[in-house]
Formats: sequence, structure tokens, C-alpha cells
Amino acid sequence: MKVAAKVMMEIFKNEGVEVVFGVPGGQVMPLYDALMDADLLNVLTRHEQGAVHAADGYARASGKVGVCIATSGPGATNLVTGIANAYMDSVPMVAITGQVRRPVVGTDAFQEADTFGITLPVVKHSYLVTDEHELPRILHEAFYLARTGRPGPVLVDLPGDVATALIDYDPDNPPKLNLPGYKPTVKGHPRQIREAARALAEAEKPMIYAGGGIIISEASDELRELAAYAHIPVTTTLNGKGLFPEDDALSLGMLGMHGTRYANYAMTNCDLIFAVGVRFDDRATGKVETFAPGAKIIHVDVDPAEIAKNMAVDIPIVGDAKWVLCALIEELRKLEPSPERHVPWMRQVADWKQAHPLPLREDPDGEIMPEFVIRKLWEVTRGEAIVTTEVGQNQMWAAQYWLAKHPRRFISSGGLGTMGYGFPAAMGAKLARPDLTVVDIAGDGSFQMTSQELATCVSYNIPVKVAILNNRYLGMVRQWQELFYNKRYASTCIECQPDFVKLAEAYGAQGFRATRPDEVEEVLRIALASDAPALMDFRIKREANVWPMVPAGSAISDMLGGGEA
Amino acid sequence: MKHTLSVLVENKPGVLVRISGLFARRGFNIDSLAVGETEDPMLSRVTISVDGQDQPIEQVTKQLHKLINVIKITDLDPNSSVTRELVLIKVHATSETRSEIIQVVEIFRAKIIDVSASTLIVEVTGTKDKIEGIISLLRPFGLVEVVRTGKIAISRGRKRT
Repeated sequence: MKVAAKVMMEIFKNEGVEVVFGVPGGQVMPLYDALMDADLLNVLTRHEQGAVHAADGYARASGKVGVCIATSGPGATNLVTGIANAYMDSVPMVAITGQVRRPVVGTDAFQEADTFGITLPVVKHSYLVTDEHELPRILHEAFYLARTGRPGPVLVDLPGDVATALIDYDPDNPPKLNLPGYKPTVKGHPRQIREAARALAEAEKPMIYAGGGIIISEASDELRELAAYAHIPVTTTLNGKGLFPEDDALSLGMLGMHGTRYANYAMTNCDLIFAVGVRFDDRATGKVETFAPGAKIIHVDVDPAEIAKNMAVDIPIVGDAKWVLCALIEELRKLEPSPERHVPWMRQVADWKQAHPLPLREDPDGEIMPEFVIRKLWEVTRGEAIVTTEVGQNQMWAAQYWLAKHPRRFISSGGLGTMGYGFPAAMGAKLARPDLTVVDIAGDGSFQMTSQELATCVSYNIPVKVAILNNRYLGMVRQWQELFYNKRYASTCIECQPDFVKLAEAYGAQGFRATRPDEVEEVLRIALASDAPALMDFRIKREANVWPMVPAGSAISDMLGGGEA
Repeated sequence: MKHTLSVLVENKPGVLVRISGLFARRGFNIDSLAVGETEDPMLSRVTISVDGQDQPIEQVTKQLHKLINVIKITDLDPNSSVTRELVLIKVHATSETRSEIIQVVEIFRAKIIDVSASTLIVEVTGTKDKIEGIISLLRPFGLVEVVRTGKIAISRGRKRT
């Protein structure tokens, strides 16, 4: 018999956990006591939201399960945003929360909250451990559920007296999982795959619309093979960035509300969409009724509930993207499609691309434009860095101007749109990939939501870089107010802000500032070359907007600004 | 069209709240819901009636399937399944009306399970039509309370639900 908290450390080891993020508290003290002796890195963040986003960033950068820990009550409720964020973007995560001791559950005890109930709508699955002997099976199930099928966050709510109970556990003979209702479909239906191959071979104006599912399934190589073999242009969602090299001639960048004009024109005019690992999110499709009106749609997803949820589909294929792509390429090769038939379409797409490039604006007043910073950052890092983003204008500029080349190197809060995500996610990503430069492309508003994690970066010497595109606005909302609310900037002017350089220095990190375009490159070079966490305050043109833009509820071909011909 | 979904689930805490929460969250309406243990104490059966006109039944089913504790879902065909509901009806009864009520109860093969000076409690089992029929005939006497179990269903013949 062993103390349950110690057994949890053995299970972490068994499941390959290298790092956990969290904040201690009364009900997780046994766990933290065991962590002191465990063979893994235990990162103390300054807020539970920092812990959960760091676990998320770690998971996205590594493909492994991220683990975070919080105590009962407020600790657990502080995780909720991050759990919802991981749920929306299908990030594998195990969140462990302390709960009050079993005899007082349900009595409104000190720091008691119904964590199981509060998180129910935003988890893939959850457990309240009521029998200590079930803990090993539950914890193994949690990891298995988090990383298989369509990944997602799994919550384990653990009463303090369970963690101190004595239980049996043999790491060489772990308990059997008991999940009779859980059987994710990996293999796509062969007949559907043949039909998809035929449709691809017959199409004259095909498009690939690919998303985060490709990255989760590690199917980037297969997707690239398909695009190259069948001569099909590729557009991706925000979370698909990096699954296909965006400096490739076949890449049309991101589609949707702030997508490229050429991606949106191509999607609107194509005759076949091969959609894979996407969920036809409203930010990608715009008004559904006018989305790709003439196209036949093939939809591949591991989650059957995504098929026909938002959009009627002609050829549904439920299965793992990598498996389906391999089978599909094989079928397609048998049909030997002629590359000739796409020539006019490829010419049309190339024309759009040439006629409507993303604008690289120069400010007449000589101020820094956001895209200039992002392009310089790309040059300095040769596009090899991991980029995380905050949420808002900074995120969309990053999505537009950062040409992602590799999967798992563009990390952004897509579905939930969580401000404050990028910086802690960058910490997690840096721990997953210490060999790569990790930069959070931030806004001044978002960054202030989790800036306290500077202390965590300094304390563990996690040398992430933060590039703040500082316009002293909550810029995306301000942009909408400019366009749709008569420039009435309600609660979006945040001119009172800290001196970010001094803020970084106050925490023991480095701080730099650029106010003119000619200072940008030097600041980037110095900040990126340093071994320390560093913050860069780029004072950008205050009212620079994100263009092009599709107004909410419009067709994606109805774009405002940016690369009009 | 009304659908009767028979959902086999693990008999674990929190399963029902996952199901009802899912319906609420996704904007699906439940007409009736009944839960009970099956022949295997590890499993429970949830019978849910939903209106397929208001919501795509396919999406309801797929979302239910995503719940880890859900093992099997059957959309029961009314022609090859049997459905029943049990209802307790408390109705006003005076010495003048009592015999008339008893006649109605006998016609519907229902049972009287409690008698007081001013009320009767009627127990009736049957399909929706039968239950609505008896309720409408008893209504003029004055309904005090009606309590329904919700519909349960099982497939006909050898096939398991």
C-alpha cells in the first residue's frame, strides 16, 4: 500500500509527464508534497490561468498531454477559462483539482466549489474521485481520453483525503481501463474514400480547406503529398497554420473573416472542397448560405458530430486524418488524374494571389506598422520560431503576416478567443521545445491579463520573448467601433498602462522599446539573442486596422480593405 | 416527427446531468425522459422523447454519442417497438360521481389505488393515446394532480433494444 499522492507521481511517470504547471493550496498539499520528490519539473505559476494555458501551450507544441494542478474552490474556478479554451481547440490536457475532504463535500465547506458541475460543459470527460482505490484507473483513463480520438481536456477532481489514502498500485501492471462507450473511429470507410478520390480526380477547381485536426493527427506530410500530387491549392484555418508551408506556391494562407482575399475568392469559386480537420467555424465560413455555393464538399473528421453540424456535406468520412489521407492518396494514384485539368484554375488562383496581396503598409507619419514588426521578426528568426499569439488585432496580424512553415509552431487561441492566452502558452511551448525561439506576439491589452507570469519565466529561467504591438487600445473592439459604432470608443482606450520596459525589469526580465521603424530590427535582434526572458514594447500606429475584413454575417467574398484591386 | 431514443449508459454518478446538460446547451428540447437500471446493474437505460422537427435528430444522437459514459443509442422505430408510460391521476370524486369515474377506469383497464372522501387515485399504464384519452375523460370531474413517469420503450421480438 502506498499514499495515493505518491502513486499519482508514478502514474505521471508512466504516462510520460515531464512537466506540470500549477498553484498549490490546502487540498492539493499532499500532491505538492509528493511532487517535491517526483522526477519531473513542477512549475509554479503566479495564477492558475497561467498554469492551464501553459499546459495548453506545452501540449500544442509537443503533441503530448499537458498537465495542470489547482486547489479546490477558487483555484479550480481559475482554471475554467483555460479548460474551455483547450476544449474548443481540442488540446490534450489533464487538469487535476483539489476538492474538499469527502466527509464535508456538499456542505459549503471552506474553498468548496462544485468543480465537476462547473466544468461539465467544457470537458471531454471528468471524474470526481470518491473511492481512492479507483484513482489509478481513473488517472490512466484521463490521460488516454485526453490524447486519443478528438483530444480534449479531462478533469480529475480529487478530494484531499483521497490523496492521503493508502492504495495499491503496480506500475508494471496498471489497472485495466473501463471505457465501454469510447471507441474513436480511426479508419475511414473505404467506399467513402474511393468516392472522395473519384471526386478529387474529376474536379476542375478543387480546394483543400485544412485545420488543426491535421496537426493533431500529425498528418502534415500526407496533406502536403496530396496537395503536391493532385495540384490543389491549400487554405487553412487559424489553428491549421503551419500544417502546410505558407511560403509554398500552393498555399493561400488563412481563409475567413481576416483571411486573404485570394483564399476567400478561391473558396467561393471552387467546385470541390476537400475539408479535413476543420469544423466549418463561423470565422472561417462567414455566412454559411453563401459559402462555396458551387462546391461539392468532402469532409474528413475524427469526430462524427462535426460532420454536417454547420454545413451540409456530400462525402462525409469519419476517421483519423492521417489514416484517411494515406488511403485517399493511394486511391487517387490508381485513378492517375491528369494535372492538365487544373491548369486554368491554378492560373486563376495565381492571378488572384498576384492582384490582391496582403498590404504591406507604410505609414506617412513614419510610425511603426504592425505587419512591419511581424515580417522583421520572421526575417530575424527565418520563420523557424514558435509563435504564440494573444487575442485580437495582434492575433490576426500574426495570422496574416507570419508565414508559418511547420506544424506546432503557430499557437493561438482559436475557438474561445482567450485574451491572456499567448504569454503563458509561450512558456509551456518553450519548455516543450527549448531548442526553438518562442515569441508571443501580443497586444498591450491581452498581455496585461496574464503579465504576472513574467515572474514564472524569470524564476524558472524560461527565456520566452514577448513582442507587444502596443497601440494603447483594446484594438479589435476599437476597430469594430470605428466601423460599426460611429467611432464611439466605449471602454477601449487603455492609455493608462504600465511602462512595459520597466515592468519587465521589475520582474528581473529584460525590456526593450521601439518607437520608430528603424529601431525595430535592432530591438528584435538584441531581445532574441539574449538568454533571458525579454519583452519588446513596439509602439505601433495607434489606429492601424486589420485588413481585409469580412463583416460579421457577410459572405467571405465580401471583404473590406486590404489588397483591393 | 417524434423520436424515441433509447440510450444505454454506464450507471455512474453524473451521467444524467451530462445528458440533460447536453440537451440544454445545444438547444435541444426533451419531451419526456425516464431512467432506470437495466438487467445489468452496471448499466442504466435512459429513454428520451424528442421532436425531430425542431432539431436534427442526427446531431442530437452524435452529440450524445460523444459522452464517454454513453454506450449505445437506438432511435426506436414505432412499428417495431413497444412504448408505455405509467401515470397516477388524482381526481375529485364525490358520492355522486364516484361510480361514473369507476366506469371510465374500467373501460381503460386502469386501477384505483387510493380512495378518500373527496378523491380517487387512478393508476393507468399505456401508450400516449390511451393516457391522453383517460385524462381527457377524467378532466371534467376535476383533476387534482397528474404525475407521469415519462415514456419507456423496448424493441419487439428477439432483437435487443
